[in-house]
Amino acid sequence: MVQGPTGGGRGGLSRRGLLKAGGGVAFAGVSLAALNLPFFGVDPRKVNPADCRATDVSASQKKLIISNWPAYIDPIKKPTSTLRVFEDQTGISVDYTDDVNDNNEFYAKVKNQLGSCQTINRDMIVLTDWMAARMISLGWIQPLDKGSVPNLHANLIKPLQGRQWDPDLTFHAPWQSGLTGIAYNAAKTGEVKSFEELLTRPELNGKISLLSEMRDTMGFMLKVVGANPSDFTDDDWANAIDRLREVVASGQVRAFTGNEYIQDLAAGNIVACEAWSGDVIQAQFDNPDIKFIAPEEGLSLWSDNMLVPNLAEHQANAEKWIDYYYDPENAAKLAAWVNYICPVNGAKEAMEKVDPSLVDNVLIFPDDETLAVTFDFMPLSEKQITAYQGEFDDVTGG
Amino acid sequence: MSETVRKRGSTGYFLLIPGVLWLALFFVVPLYSLVATSLFDPSGSDLNGYEMTYHWANYWDALQSYWQPLVRSLAYGALATLFCLLLGYVLAYAIAFKAGRWKNLMLVLVIAPFFTSFLVRTLSWKLLLADDGFIVNTLQFVHILGSDGRLLATPVAVIAGLTYNFLPFMVLPLYASIDKIDGRLIEASSDLYANPFVGFFKVTWPLSLPGVVSGTLLTFIPAVGDYINAQLLGSPNQRMIGSVIQSLFTDANDYPAAAALSVILMVLIVGMVLFYVRRAGTEDLL
Repeated sequence: MVQGPTGGGRGGLSRRGLLKAGGGVAFAGVSLAALNLPFFGVDPRKVNPADCRATDVSASQKKLIISNWPAYIDPIKKPTSTLRVFEDQTGISVDYTDDVNDNNEFYAKVKNQLGSCQTINRDMIVLTDWMAARMISLGWIQPLDKGSVPNLHANLIKPLQGRQWDPDLTFHAPWQSGLTGIAYNAAKTGEVKSFEELLTRPELNGKISLLSEMRDTMGFMLKVVGANPSDFTDDDWANAIDRLREVVASGQVRAFTGNEYIQDLAAGNIVACEAWSGDVIQAQFDNPDIKFIAPEEGLSLWSDNMLVPNLAEHQANAEKWIDYYYDPENAAKLAAWVNYICPVNGAKEAMEKVDPSLVDNVLIFPDDETLAVTFDFMPLSEKQITAYQGEFDDVTGG
Repeated sequence: MSETVRKRGSTGYFLLIPGVLWLALFFVVPLYSLVATSLFDPSGSDLNGYEMTYHWANYWDALQSYWQPLVRSLAYGALATLFCLLLGYVLAYAIAFKAGRWKNLMLVLVIAPFFTSFLVRTLSWKLLLADDGFIVNTLQFVHILGSDGRLLATPVAVIAGLTYNFLPFMVLPLYASIDKIDGRLIEASSDLYANPFVGFFKVTWPLSLPGVVSGTLLTFIPAVGDYINAQLLGSPNQRMIGSVIQSLFTDANDYPAAAALSVILMVLIVGMVLFYVRRAGTEDLL
């Protein structure tokens, strides 16, 4: 069956010949790789935002291009929606896309442009704290003009002020905020009081899930081993990851998930899990047995933040948008639909008019008691991100 | 006359140009950049950039850290391919020889799952295998599974998912080569006193080998690299190599390790395929 070296005599170019040629090309490629060719190495991606500013054409071009997460705004097609009202009030037409599905994915999508001072054709992007912190440290984000966003500085709720990575709100404005805690299905199991219990209670074996978002899960693991997530050492981290490794090896954890834990919780595949507050409120509408509690270790508080990327052409319009959503009434309308924590002071009072049933919901307007137990994850260096995330993924199978 | 021959000869090469350019641009260059990335200094980062230091140790480090998911992927891929072959052969045989006028309909049914997305199909397996679902309850009832046994988050679910998802890739080439078999050869074998069993192994099986080889390749190669099934149907203990590479690239930003692992996987698969094709004696398939 093996053909002769001349390759079957079918006009010179046999399959084997092609294979050889292919091998030759591959060999040439590898030999080229052995030489030092120009596109070797990758330049640092840190830039200076002052060098990557575009001329602001907001005054002449009444336009604003926004990328946000899915289902994170009240339905924009309705003429009474917050977005439509903004357009009517300002005359700015908003090009709103929900194309942010994952912080890391979005980072991968824009890093080549932003890392080399090129435009990503957006005026505003919404990313979670740690990714916002990372982009700010890479110099990819434009500072906001303080005078143009008075509502932000006047109305931002206390717990979101003075965060380590941008204490003066120079670069970011929280869009919505949320809590990470424990959810459980009261029809299937008794109350789960602490994270420790979630990880060890024998009848929960194989019936719990944790979040694949490293900072959420590891924040709690650090708490479990007695460290402080807002300020921890490499040793603390090693303890926490070892503990997580043991828990996974014991078969306690069914899966590490994104939002999809909520379907598993409703279907009964898991009976308790680490969960995000807004998801749980939405699930409670269908299944009142699903409960959200603050574990004894505390609650992790996070926010998704509006950022103006380098070379945005409509920064002034973006600032108008920020200021508009920091007006308590608009914030209340948004919160009534999104169900995450509203970052705006005064929105609670405004909510009386919008939807009185939500006014006393501590997962939308957290009381001081809830906020007293929240913690924050410390900003990581690029080195730590690679090392920690690598270890975390090894344990979680991410 | 010799003029026209030469013309015709060069036309062939001109026709090659678009394809070769396409491959050069979208295969050779990325491959080159992948190999290059795998030799970068592993201490680099987006902040400081990556330097080319010909750090061959990346390969050793990657193998040392990730040999488990690598071996697991090869094992799951091989098992899924085996099950696909067992299921697919019977099905393809039935369609080719016994389906009669239902042939086309059955072929359409084989392809029908492709009308919905891969992800949706795998997610629906999650429903089928759910702890409170019909399948698990039945298996518990007949004591194949213990009373708190489960299928989701086990290797069984992952291999079953892989088998299901790649079955059409096995059935179609098998069907194509079984359908081509001349029925008179099988009749002849029984005229020569071969019982159906011997007839199958002496006539049908060897003649369907090209389909078997291309079917197993089309199943094994994507199955080894797949990670959706392991992620949705398995637990962290069923992690496959595709998900390691993906998370190293997108989450951990450890590009050198991810690239080294990709090259290792590629070399392993190409090596195994070459070996397999030689053993099967079907090189002319390539």
